[in-house]
Amino acid sequence: MIDLQLTALLLAPLLGGLLLTLFGSRNWAAELNSLMSFCTFAAAVALTVRVVEAGPQVAFNEQFFIDQFNVFLVALTAFIAFTTSLFSRPYMRIEQDHGRLSTPMLHLYYSMYQLFTLAMLVALTANNMGIIWVAMEAATLTTVLLVSLYRTPASLEAAWKYFILCGVGIALALFGTILLYFAAERVLGQGGTALLWTHLNEVKGELEPTVLKLAFIFLLVGYGTKIGLVPLHSWLPDAHAEGPTPVSAVLSGLLLNVALCAVMRSKVLVDGSLETHFAGNLMMGFGLLSVVVAALFLSRQKDIKRMFAYSSIEHMGLITFSFGMGGPVATFAALLHMTVHSLTKSAIFFAVGHAVQKAGTQQMENIRGMLQISPTVGWGLMLGTFAILGMPPFGVFASEFLIITTAMHDHPWTTPILLAALGIAFAAIFGRVQPIVFGETTARRLPHPPALLPVFAHLLLVLILGLYMPPYLANWYRQAAALLG
Amino acid sequence: MENTNPTLGILFQLYQSLLVVLLAPLLTGWVNQCRAWLQNRSGPGLLQPFRTLRKLFHKDAVIAHNASPLFRVTPYILFGCMWLAAAIIPIIAVDLPFSPAADVIALVGVFALARMFIALAAMDIGTAFGSLGARREMLVSFLAEPALLMVLFSASLISHSTQLPRIVEVLAHQQFVLYPSLAFAALAFVIVLLAENARIPVDNPSTHLELTMIHEAMILEYSARHLALIEWAGSLKLFAYISLGIALFFPHGIAEVGNWGAVPAAILALLGKLLLAGAGLALLETLLAKMRIFRAPEFLGTAFLLAVLGLLIHFLLGA
Amino acid sequence: MPMTYTVQFINLLAAILLLIVFAMLSQRRILSLINLFAWQGLVLSVSTFVVAYSTVQHHLYYSAALTLLLKVLVLPWLLHRLIRKLNVRWDVETLINIPTTMLVGIALVIFSFNLATPISELSESITRGLIGIALASVLLSLLMMLTRRKAISQVVGFLSMENGLFFAATSATHGMPLVVELGIALDVLVATFIFGIFFFQIRETFDSLDITHMEKLKDD
Repeated sequence: MIDLQLTALLLAPLLGGLLLTLFGSRNWAAELNSLMSFCTFAAAVALTVRVVEAGPQVAFNEQFFIDQFNVFLVALTAFIAFTTSLFSRPYMRIEQDHGRLSTPMLHLYYSMYQLFTLAMLVALTANNMGIIWVAMEAATLTTVLLVSLYRTPASLEAAWKYFILCGVGIALALFGTILLYFAAERVLGQGGTALLWTHLNEVKGELEPTVLKLAFIFLLVGYGTKIGLVPLHSWLPDAHAEGPTPVSAVLSGLLLNVALCAVMRSKVLVDGSLETHFAGNLMMGFGLLSVVVAALFLSRQKDIKRMFAYSSIEHMGLITFSFGMGGPVATFAALLHMTVHSLTKSAIFFAVGHAVQKAGTQQMENIRGMLQISPTVGWGLMLGTFAILGMPPFGVFASEFLIITTAMHDHPWTTPILLAALGIAFAAIFGRVQPIVFGETTARRLPHPPALLPVFAHLLLVLILGLYMPPYLANWYRQAAALLG
Repeated sequence: MENTNPTLGILFQLYQSLLVVLLAPLLTGWVNQCRAWLQNRSGPGLLQPFRTLRKLFHKDAVIAHNASPLFRVTPYILFGCMWLAAAIIPIIAVDLPFSPAADVIALVGVFALARMFIALAAMDIGTAFGSLGARREMLVSFLAEPALLMVLFSASLISHSTQLPRIVEVLAHQQFVLYPSLAFAALAFVIVLLAENARIPVDNPSTHLELTMIHEAMILEYSARHLALIEWAGSLKLFAYISLGIALFFPHGIAEVGNWGAVPAAILALLGKLLLAGAGLALLETLLAKMRIFRAPEFLGTAFLLAVLGLLIHFLLGA
Repeated sequence: MPMTYTVQFINLLAAILLLIVFAMLSQRRILSLINLFAWQGLVLSVSTFVVAYSTVQHHLYYSAALTLLLKVLVLPWLLHRLIRKLNVRWDVETLINIPTTMLVGIALVIFSFNLATPISELSESITRGLIGIALASVLLSLLMMLTRRKAISQVVGFLSMENGLFFAATSATHGMPLVVELGIALDVLVATFIFGIFFFQIRETFDSLDITHMEKLKDD
């Protein structure tokens, strides 16, 4: 029964959240956090195996729906949530020893971490477009206090901006959802089933195109705020830079994907109703704009976490663009890019987190010579940077290559823009990371050994994906791409 | 509109014209009386405006040496305009002989004509207060007039006519409908009424404080019969505005086309509505405080905003 | 098309809702702002109740009760408590250029009505014009958030936006599934609590609830 795996998947973080609310200030809270995240991951694996074997399924009175597309994101989310919990154990302890965080803050962090995972998993697996919205909002609410965890003026400002901007964005998405319901109710009748995605998908051809067009604009703008699409991105660099690094890692690696998943769900409906490329064009436009603007901003950053936050905007723009192009190849490439970007970006944030702790600052001009003080952190950062910049043989190269060749084929005029943006980003990031890794250092030793296993595990996966795509995985992605059209 | 009995129609028209000219000072007296009661004073009585008028008519007029004929003729024009306005607004029956003249835009024009003359006359003598009052009056009316037009358009849109009798006919004698746009228009109209009739909070009719006065500043140079006519015109203007409000927003009870038998009942209904409106106005004036003159644009801007919102809502909801 | 009295009444309430948002837009005093918010909730609750009555949908009665409880009683009470504790009860905000804001507001109303017209033409539902009004109040609340410099007024703007959305959900579409509405209500409640926590954190850090202090993070 799929109900069983799903229950396990959702119950693990819920239970984790409850337990950590009770015991979050104990010494072993970090271990408990990792354990619960591992349980979630195990349940996600079980669910994935089941869905890949048996195909799309609904569960719990049709309130949840799992197909190849979202189960892939469930697996990714659970995996990165697990590795991030491993990373955050030493990281948060070091922060505590440095006096930047107190025990109550850690308590808050652990309980919210589990609840955040829960919210994301619900948003991914829910079949009801309304519930997806509720879960997305819950994901904001659980992270907003984490962004201001350090209680510095800058972190408060970042959290406030994050809260207000995402609150506004998500409110617009709710309006889109209401419009969707408005259209659906005419076909499906009033009541519970009119917001269920599976039901909507069956009747998408009958949904009123005018309403759906408007609904999609609101949904894209709303969830787009969460994805960090330009011009609604201004919360993202602040939140990433001022929050604790594990939070930056899960925001970049996971939350953005989940928001994109919601947009894709809507796009499928809108495409079915409109039978034009309206939704795709809109996504391509926003995507392209994000890539270009983020690349231009990249070169002006001084703060290392800010810089990689802009890199996230750039890559989310690229993924949105690729999804917007549509077609099996572009969608396949987008899914692959989603995977490798999440893995690489979280790995980078792990390495950056430790580098910042060693240097005691986030200003790049003051972080130097990581290889000297800690070869593992230095190499992790260097390799992660190589990977994110799309150097072969890493997986990012494969997905970016696919995206650009598809763009060249379908929309040739976009290719030079994309290549130029990627070139600028390459120059900006590489030029800044190189002296950080090499060069003379003034950094200090850390009281706890850093957890670098997650960094290299992620990078290894990205490397494997770049060198050899297992047919099992390729088949799975192809199925997911077929679902998205 | 078919008029079944022309003689009776003319008779009622004459009757209404006389009625308004006598009722108007009474209404002013009633408002003052209510204000006195609300402020715990014993008022001067309902007939006080008549006593004031009689006193003024018995005095000898004093006119400045440099006054032009415009100055002398203005009180008569003012009185004529206001009387005309008050006489043609359908308040007891919808198909009186003059009623085709009662077009809402023409009404606004009549009010504007009177205002132009009083402002010119105020500047005619060349005193500082006259010019100051005229300028302030123009400022207020410049803001109030668009709002008033918007209010009237809201009502016109519902009946598809700018003819006041037609509007009243539609609102009073067809199936009762709640119009949100009219609710907005009514709020805006109240604000315009307060501003145009020199009431609190825009102006205070009972002081001669130079910092605040608007209307009083313009008529400082008038005396005796001229002043009496202007005061009477002021009462008529208030009466015209209140009856316009009644016609637009509470026309129920007015006599239907050709149904002359209903006129006495309509007059009684009108009296009741006037009493209520007067009391309401007094209450409003007691509750509000006079605002600084520079706040007046904001206050009137609110009226305009409300009226425009009413229009927009009419277009959206069709109601 | 003759409209029934219930529809007329809902239309009237919708118009009042819009009026309240405009009043909020021009309200300088924080205390009055919160009271206006409570009134808005009341109008919302009444309109939901009327819709429930006229369409005979029982779950909408729960929505109406929930709105009454949450948006008329709990949230304003929380906000009142907050401003008392933060000692900003009598704060007056300096708003620049109210007339311009109002004109922009009217433009927004026209814009949203235009946007909603094709939708309302589709609907056979009797309350077809309401989507436009709901959208207008959402956008006006957004405008309010943009023009305010005090954290509390921004939050009231946020909540009022939520009200506009709720109005769209209950009146224009005759109610979303109850589970969704409950979820939304819970989110709003939690959000308000978190806002409350933020107020204290912000004041502790900046000695004021002016968010003008919080414009340091910029890309230069």
